[in-house]
Amino acid sequence: MAITREKLDTGGEAVTINMGPSHPSTHGVLRLVLDLEGEVVRKCTPHVGYLHRGMEKLAENKTYHQFIPYTDRLDYLAPLSNNCAFVLAVEKLLNLEVPPRAKAIRVLVCELSRISAHLLWLGTHAVDLGALSVFFYTFREREILYDFIEMLTGTRMTTSYTRVGGLARDLPPGFLDQFKTWVTRFPKELDEWEALLTHNKIWVERTKEIGILTVEDAIDLGVTGPNLRASGREWDLRKVEPYSGYDELDFEIPVGTVGDVYDRYLVRLEEMRQSVRLLHQIIAKMPDGPILVDDPKVVLPAKDNVLKKMEELIHQFIIVTESFDAPAGEVYHAIEAPKGELGFYIKSEGGGSPYRLKIRSPSFVNLQALVKLAEGAMVSDLVAIIASLDPVMGEVDR
Amino acid sequence: MSGPSQSVRWEKPHSFALKAAEALQARFGGAVLESVVFRGEVTVVVEAARIVEVCTFLKLDPDLSFEMLSDLTGIHFMDRDYEYEILYHLYSFRNNARLRVKIRLAETNHAPTVTGVWMGANWQEREAFDMVGVVFDGHPDLRRILMPEDFEFYPLRKDFPLEGHGA
Repeated sequence: MAITREKLDTGGEAVTINMGPSHPSTHGVLRLVLDLEGEVVRKCTPHVGYLHRGMEKLAENKTYHQFIPYTDRLDYLAPLSNNCAFVLAVEKLLNLEVPPRAKAIRVLVCELSRISAHLLWLGTHAVDLGALSVFFYTFREREILYDFIEMLTGTRMTTSYTRVGGLARDLPPGFLDQFKTWVTRFPKELDEWEALLTHNKIWVERTKEIGILTVEDAIDLGVTGPNLRASGREWDLRKVEPYSGYDELDFEIPVGTVGDVYDRYLVRLEEMRQSVRLLHQIIAKMPDGPILVDDPKVVLPAKDNVLKKMEELIHQFIIVTESFDAPAGEVYHAIEAPKGELGFYIKSEGGGSPYRLKIRSPSFVNLQALVKLAEGAMVSDLVAIIASLDPVMGEVDR
Repeated sequence: MSGPSQSVRWEKPHSFALKAAEALQARFGGAVLESVVFRGEVTVVVEAARIVEVCTFLKLDPDLSFEMLSDLTGIHFMDRDYEYEILYHLYSFRNNARLRVKIRLAETNHAPTVTGVWMGANWQEREAFDMVGVVFDGHPDLRRILMPEDFEFYPLRKDFPLEGHGA
């Protein structure tokens, strides 16, 4: 860690330290340059971009379907959620409505992702503040969720599960029953962890009244998701701009009052409970039927037909090589991802690739709040603040 | 085999977004160059020099109240009579409405900053500068954000090759 010392005109001896990019509590490759006066942060300058892979440039050179695997690598803790967000934007461009079963499964995977992402947040957040045991509990549950994801998609992290017009594959046999058992058991685990943290004196003192983000600042900065809700604004895209049938489901939006680290903790905990509620409803009324729209110009034909029919082989060839012909125009569609508003802006000039694709990632926008929250905070609290904002660098840097 | 599935979900424009576009027209007249509706989304193109005024009006007008700059981005073109488009995706909590405001830059890569209107424009304008090379005049801290500081090019320009330069 490089340390430089210089005299600031605040009178006191100031130290500039470099935190990250490889530091366990910066949750990925986030680098912060901190101007300190004693242990108090006077100025925090984040440096991002270490994971920049040029996804938006790549998108201009790929067909829409070819871009789906790239979305896995945005918020890599909730790839299923990203898959859904991207295809929903493309479907808006194409003006496609997917079948009910595809919609329901998308809700299922989005909520599964939300729980999985929040589990990682909770475990690492607790570790950052010294509560090691919670980490083992959340990672144990997360591991089970990865088993479910593997059942569904054949892989743990790089899921690429959605398709424009539906899904890559249907639920495997027995999935819903097994998953229901877990969903029923999970809230008891949550209660146990809450018993470890919520009224724990150390936890409360490390998080209450720390890193307060006012609702005015949150909105001015564009902060969304649990971070905005913890500051007191009841706003969730699943409610205000419902997609995939969220408007037919019953759930509540937890809202904080203070906007401190503790509120952000409480809000995410309750969000997991609400996700459980949503999952129960989805499991109970999972519709039957196809998982892809019946539109041969958009979706790939069934493999069996490709092997037997010339026309279907030609369709497959055209869709894979040239993709579908999207209309010219521009759309923006956003979903409530675990971190907040995940939006895709697509400008199409026609053809199979976007002319310009912009990923509006919640972590990038939310991370800006760190500059404000770090000012005047103690270095040790900064660790709590970063964890409570829950940035994922894959999504910040794109 | 049945025909392509039909959907009308996105065809109806958001009535409040239309109202906002009309309010802009009434307030700024000739500075509103174009207004488009596609898939229910309302896009308004305004004169680049007036963008700060337009954004301030959209944010502070008590009825419109577009309090949040959801996203800001730039697009580079090589085959049009303008070279850049800057897009501002706005959201109004009060009316649950979105509006897309655009400016177009011809023969210049300078645009006024909206950091004075929304704090959040800071990093977003830095990213647009980093990616397409539009300079936001008056920005308090216009540095590259995703690319290294010594990078010479603007990767999302259409004349920047996918493979990159050098290496």
